[in-house]
Amino acid sequence: MNTTQQIITILFIAASTIATRALPFILFPSQKHTPRFVQFLGKYLASAVFGMLIIYCVKDVSFLSGNHGVPQVIGIAFCVLLHLWRKNMFLTIAGGTLFYMVIIHIIPMLY
Amino acid sequence: MSDFKTAVKLSLPVLGAYWFLGVTYGLLASSMDYPFWVPLCMAILVYSGSAEFIALTILCSAFNPLSAVVMALMVGARHLFYGITMLDRYRGAGWRKPLLILWLTDETFAINYANKGSFVQQLWVSLLDYCYWISGGVMGYWLGSAMGERLLQYLDGLDFVVTAMFVAIFMDDYIRNRTTHISAWLGIGAAAVCLALFGPNQFIIPTMACILLALYVKYRKETR
Repeated sequence: MNTTQQIITILFIAASTIATRALPFILFPSQKHTPRFVQFLGKYLASAVFGMLIIYCVKDVSFLSGNHGVPQVIGIAFCVLLHLWRKNMFLTIAGGTLFYMVIIHIIPMLY
Repeated sequence: MSDFKTAVKLSLPVLGAYWFLGVTYGLLASSMDYPFWVPLCMAILVYSGSAEFIALTILCSAFNPLSAVVMALMVGARHLFYGITMLDRYRGAGWRKPLLILWLTDETFAINYANKGSFVQQLWVSLLDYCYWISGGVMGYWLGSAMGERLLQYLDGLDFVVTAMFVAIFMDDYIRNRTTHISAWLGIGAAAVCLALFGPNQFIIPTMACILLALYVKYRKETR
């Protein structure tokens, strides 16, 4: 790809990405004309997306080979427990990440 | 506390996540010998990590704008869900609305959705996240040019910050909203099943379809 083609490709990707962000707001500009199912989705969709994003984060982990995703699963479990205990988002994120960075060096020693 | 100070505090986890991902992205771009403007323009114009990483491989293959568009639409499809959720929240934001929409990433959506702040605060969160992403990419590119990919080995495991952030957001939402527990589990279940069936590169669209279908069934049950 030459430079002009690269610029065109980047602009196409940018326009497509912006379209995915803007489409709902263009389709449903006012509450009066928003279908009731879409309003219903507005209430229930976020929780489902957060669940999907957790799975998205572990999508490249090989659960059938290597370390079977053990560090990731333990790390996520640690985050869940830490959050249930202190209910502090920042503590969960910082504590969970540090915990993970330590256990990925410890777990290989156990094999 | 002022809106700006609150926004800085709320966006701190995103700073960690975006600097790590942004530095990785900049390092990758420099290791692929792209000129500086390529990762920079993409960070500014596209501002979607997953699309930008894939674009780095597209830009060094044969010219095919249609397949680039299809890739961007598929990877960006989840933004539709964020838009639908924020329809009411961003209504009445005036001149700030186009910017709030333009900067609606996974992380910004999650932070703004969970915190129900003023338009000013939500715009600050969006703008700060945008700056973190661009600065991370720039740092990564410079570091990559200066010292190569050796840097990444010192950051081993730091990528978990993204997972930890989404777990924290999920748990926060789960504790707060009892009525949506069913859709939280639906999201996890549908994504896990689709990941097993379709593999890591193609499971998001089927997952979104499953979620929509299941929620439609629930909607019909409730409105009947």
